[in-house]
Amino acid sequence: MQAFTKLSGPVLVLEQENIDTDQIIPARFLTATDFDGIGEHAFADWRADTNGELIPGHRLNQANARHCPILVGGHNFGCGSSREHAPHALMGFGFRVVISSQIADIFRSNSQNVGLLPVVLEPDQHAVLLQMDGEEISVDLEQCEGTVQAADGTKQSWAFSIDPFARHCLLRGLDRFDFLKQADDAIAAYENQR
Amino acid sequence: MQPESNPKSLFDKLWESHLVQAQSESTPAIIYIDLHLVHEVTSPQGFDLLREKGIAVRRGERTLATLDHSTPTLPAGDDGQRPYITPQAQRQVQTLRDNCHEFGIELHDWDSPSRGIVHVMGPELGATQPGMTIVCGDSHTSTHGAFGALAFGIGTTEVGHVLAKQCLLQNKSKSMRINVDGKLAEDVTAKDLALTIIQYLGMNGGTGFVIEYAGEAIRKLDMESRMTLCNLTIEAGARAGMIAPDQTTIDYLRGRAKVPQGEAFEQAAERWLQLASDPQANFDSEITLDGSAMRPTITYGTDPGMSVAIGEPVPQPANATQEKALQYMGFDGGQLMSERKVDVVFIGSCTNGRISDLRAAADVLRGRSVADHVRMLVVPGSENIRVQAEKEGLHEIITAAGAEWRLPGCSMCIAMNGDMVPTGKTAVSTSNRNFEGRQGAGSRTLLASPETAAASAVLGRVAGVSDLEAMQEMG
Repeated sequence: MQAFTKLSGPVLVLEQENIDTDQIIPARFLTATDFDGIGEHAFADWRADTNGELIPGHRLNQANARHCPILVGGHNFGCGSSREHAPHALMGFGFRVVISSQIADIFRSNSQNVGLLPVVLEPDQHAVLLQMDGEEISVDLEQCEGTVQAADGTKQSWAFSIDPFARHCLLRGLDRFDFLKQADDAIAAYENQR
Repeated sequence: MQPESNPKSLFDKLWESHLVQAQSESTPAIIYIDLHLVHEVTSPQGFDLLREKGIAVRRGERTLATLDHSTPTLPAGDDGQRPYITPQAQRQVQTLRDNCHEFGIELHDWDSPSRGIVHVMGPELGATQPGMTIVCGDSHTSTHGAFGALAFGIGTTEVGHVLAKQCLLQNKSKSMRINVDGKLAEDVTAKDLALTIIQYLGMNGGTGFVIEYAGEAIRKLDMESRMTLCNLTIEAGARAGMIAPDQTTIDYLRGRAKVPQGEAFEQAAERWLQLASDPQANFDSEITLDGSAMRPTITYGTDPGMSVAIGEPVPQPANATQEKALQYMGFDGGQLMSERKVDVVFIGSCTNGRISDLRAAADVLRGRSVADHVRMLVVPGSENIRVQAEKEGLHEIITAAGAEWRLPGCSMCIAMNGDMVPTGKTAVSTSNRNFEGRQGAGSRTLLASPETAAASAVLGRVAGVSDLEAMQEMG
């Protein structure tokens, strides 16, 4: 897994609430047996009409969309299906961070497993970010802090919390499986005492 | 009687008895997984992890695989070829077959009399048992909680973890108990109950929680109804739903292929009955609802929490999310649900594709016809259910009414296999998700019980069974 320490870049805002994993990656793209190229299909039914033509005005089709590493989504992001294809699709599209005021359980753990940083903010902080489409912010996982610098040079920061183990693994690019692997003796002992 | 010193909930008992390593300040717990269910869509990259690391499946005997999501529901043609939607879908199925062969996993392939939707097959075989931890790369794994198991969906990386180590890294969720008091009215099904609960909680009200269902109305549910309820728990954001094992659970399991037999079963049953939450157990959140006030329910929006009683009007949108949902669905606030013309009816899925669901639908269809403009698809949840339904002649009632009788699979619930609702068309579906495009790009889904779905098929518009009966009395 690629390590994540700190990142700055423009924000892409999708303010709709309850963006489910069927929106992030529709089920018809799930028949592949690997995740290669799945980012091309991220939000396929939002970006294209039913004839498959890209909708020019859509935020996700704008010129800089794929250069925005930070996605700010509406409340309850990533609900629905457990498909890990969803965080893979977002990363393939170009995102490294997803920010919302609530992130669904399975999507959050899938994101942590594949190296997409899920950030949950308090509603008032989230509301500010929802108004910042296209603006540059930085996200610092070491400090658990997001920062925006205004035109006049003043800085505003938000703290965020994240599961300490997820943070540990993301910061170092560690595969969570390695932690599980170290528990071989404990697993064997558990199996033997049953 | 003295209060117990350390009362525990069903969830506490399951969690503690599966701890391989406890949670610490800085690391998650390691929990042991008793049963790992596998299907073709979310497993290939999990098996790749094993190959990459050069390791075997740790407990092949605790792993059970089936074909369900990408599989056609029409039979093979004269050339013997099954009508897969794409060569890629067929390759995905072949990949699972190869992986199960390579790693020594029991696969219920096309030739298995037990093949079925993963959450239908597990309980049917008795592989799902009280007190177990059960995972699958599928969010509706919550279904198995109906047996008093801790069962939840995981991602593909975690599928790899469980294949390799039979364990999972987890932080313990918060606990919620939902008590449903009173008696459900005769025309209120488990689907109506579940949709009412999701509407109450909202589609994210359960996020971070494991839910235990309790109370008079829950105790009276049969196992298939309990499965429907637990299945839909994820639609309120909770990963797992569970119901304490009782005599209903024991009676369902006795004699099934994978449960202990004879005296060993009775001993297991005694243990299972001990799993119920202790009387003084603590929950982080507790809710009590009145089951007797619940009514047959249908969704109108684009999340399963947006529902109304069938005779009610669509609510006026209260915010941008609801406005967008109504726009997508082509509804105006205040419009009566019963005015909505229906194009497609789907009966099936891990939510409502069991024998009792098919019987309920057939009861409504018996001697009636599906409206001319409606396409109706009935898809049994497993081969066992298909065979049983055909033995009872349900397929004849269903096809005589003008509906299509298909082979088992997820079918139109996830619309991966070619069974789809066309763009802009309205479907009444017994499945679990009414998200935008869930049943095909641009599809509009109304979630309801098999009874409501069948009644809507007959009248060609949204209707409950009582509407159908009222129409008949009017002649």
